[in-house]
Amino acid sequence: MKVEMGFDDAQYDMQEMILDVDDLKLHYRTRNGAVQAVDGVNFTLRKNHATVVIGESGCGKSSLAKAILRLLPRNIETFSGKVYIDGEDVMLLSDEQFRRNIRWNRVSMVPQAALNSLNPVVRVGEQVAEPLVIHQKMGKRSALGKALRMFERVGVPSDFLTRYPFELSGGMRQRVAIAMALITDPDIVLLDEPTSALDVLTQANIMNLLKEVKRDVGTSYLLITHDIATSSEIADSVAVMYAGQIVEVSDARRFFEKPLHPYADMLMASVPKLGRHEVPIPILGQPPSLLNPPTGCRFRDRCPARFSKCDEEPPIFQVDEERQVKCWLHEEGVAHYVS
Amino acid sequence: MSVEDKTGTLLEIDELRVWYELKRLGFAHAGYVRAVDGVSFNLDYGKAIACVGESGCGKSSLMKTVLRLNKPTEGSIRFEGKTINGLKGEALREYRSQIGYIQQDPFGALPSFMTVRQILSEPLAINGIKDEDEQMRRIEAALTEVRLTPVSDIINKHPHMLSGGQQQRIVIARAMILEPKLLVADEPVSMLDASVRVEVLNLLKQLQTDRQLAIFYITHDLSTVRYFSEHIFVMYAGQIVEIAKMDDLLDNPKHPYTHALLSASPDPDHKNALEMREVPPGEPPSLVNPPSGCRFHPRCHFAIAGKCDHEQPPFYDIESEHRVACWLFDPDENHEQP
Repeated sequence: MKVEMGFDDAQYDMQEMILDVDDLKLHYRTRNGAVQAVDGVNFTLRKNHATVVIGESGCGKSSLAKAILRLLPRNIETFSGKVYIDGEDVMLLSDEQFRRNIRWNRVSMVPQAALNSLNPVVRVGEQVAEPLVIHQKMGKRSALGKALRMFERVGVPSDFLTRYPFELSGGMRQRVAIAMALITDPDIVLLDEPTSALDVLTQANIMNLLKEVKRDVGTSYLLITHDIATSSEIADSVAVMYAGQIVEVSDARRFFEKPLHPYADMLMASVPKLGRHEVPIPILGQPPSLLNPPTGCRFRDRCPARFSKCDEEPPIFQVDEERQVKCWLHEEGVAHYVS
Repeated sequence: MSVEDKTGTLLEIDELRVWYELKRLGFAHAGYVRAVDGVSFNLDYGKAIACVGESGCGKSSLMKTVLRLNKPTEGSIRFEGKTINGLKGEALREYRSQIGYIQQDPFGALPSFMTVRQILSEPLAINGIKDEDEQMRRIEAALTEVRLTPVSDIINKHPHMLSGGQQQRIVIARAMILEPKLLVADEPVSMLDASVRVEVLNLLKQLQTDRQLAIFYITHDLSTVRYFSEHIFVMYAGQIVEIAKMDDLLDNPKHPYTHALLSASPDPDHKNALEMREVPPGEPPSLVNPPSGCRFHPRCHFAIAGKCDHEQPPFYDIESEHRVACWLFDPDENHEQP
């Protein structure tokens, strides 16, 4: 388990941020041109916090996770920017250094549909122990011992260690995938849609587990999802992604009360709510293609509050200490109507 | 398209059981999977009923039996007063033409090698509408109805050229093209993005009112049902545990399992992060050897020892059209209720 280190005061700010992403770009090369899946993304993640990246399919959120963990395909056109993990710019590392020092040792991942990504012919205990053998050169016997303790931590019965994935329910497999991500005691765990394939009760169980691990172990999460309701279960801060860009960053409390960006606001209004009788409102239109995104604000064509300025690309406005928004409506001195 | 004003019961399901036989070595009987075990409900013309349950509760088996892709083991399904249990050949095809089916995953449900036009003309051709002009007229009407316009832009496209929301509209258009009386929708929005979900739900609602269409809506997501159905029932381990009008069930749930489902479904709120959610322990039981008595009793905080684990609870009427299968609601006893 992790021990909190004392910080020296001058470096405190740097140290508190476990992850700081600055102007990250990931463009894929295709026959028709560059797909700008991640285009100038900035956000931070604090120690023992959870930042949730909310976005719809095709907005580049999974590409963002892959870019941070450098799990890249071959057709890369641009891969640039800065990614600081605990103050160190990991973009300067070679692929081999990154693989040896960062991947799974500092940052691990629960991939999308993790419950279906387990190897069907290897016992789950061995799969969970494998990162220790590969990334920390641990002996197999002690790695399996640690896997057993990790199974207890995530609520999988210890006799499941010798079972195969098909013998486990969906919820149990998801727990196994989480155990695999936690076993090397990483600082940051990337969770790509950790509950979207699960039933309601299992979903609640997994979110409870993630909360527990965060409280007891002190892990930091970067959670990537399209499910706003579930994301509120764990979020300390929220980043909204639209068409390859982060359009709003906010603390969770104020975000779920009233987001700043019109897109975030409309997204919240489109979520059916169980406890309230208000009728959800769809967002009409479609996000722009990332192949040739329009200049100016990318949400412009669907935005009810659009005005002349929106033809220019908005910069990021720092509204206050915790909140940033990429929208002209929040330019200082401009008092426009915000829906 | 003309709308007949019909009232009364369209679909009547009575004590339906769907059991799958398990075999050892390919022939020796080794028990049954009791996927659906004594389910009864009615659906009126032009109304929508939602079936809520977790995976493995038997909701897909129930749906497939309504579509007559499965045969009922026991009990009956009546459609417009006629029993459809044993239909075969032409009569079965005729029955199925009156039911539209919306699949969960639109991309998987649409053949990738066919154009929208081919996809939509196939059910017409199978059901005897072979005239190309007539086919075209129907396809245009169906695409307009699901608001995929201009039609000429869409009709020659393949499914992969459409967005998820558009694909699901094609699936709906295909389900609607024979002007069915009943639409069976299996998690129609679970694969779609939040902003598109509402659009598709609104479209289904619109079709329901405009065309007097009855809808059987199957989902595990309670938050999408409120704006949609008049009635709802909750299934657990092959049986209905509670059935009521939508608002009665969501605002005034009775069965401990319904409570658990509702309290596990979050609304967006930052306060969610401050507390753990209460979830009943354990997992749904095996349907080969379901627990004796009430099937939820091993996970239930309120279980009465000696009662819930021995006898299966009957349905108690809470108020009109609100029924719950739980011993806690026995009017002769005074039990603590959730």
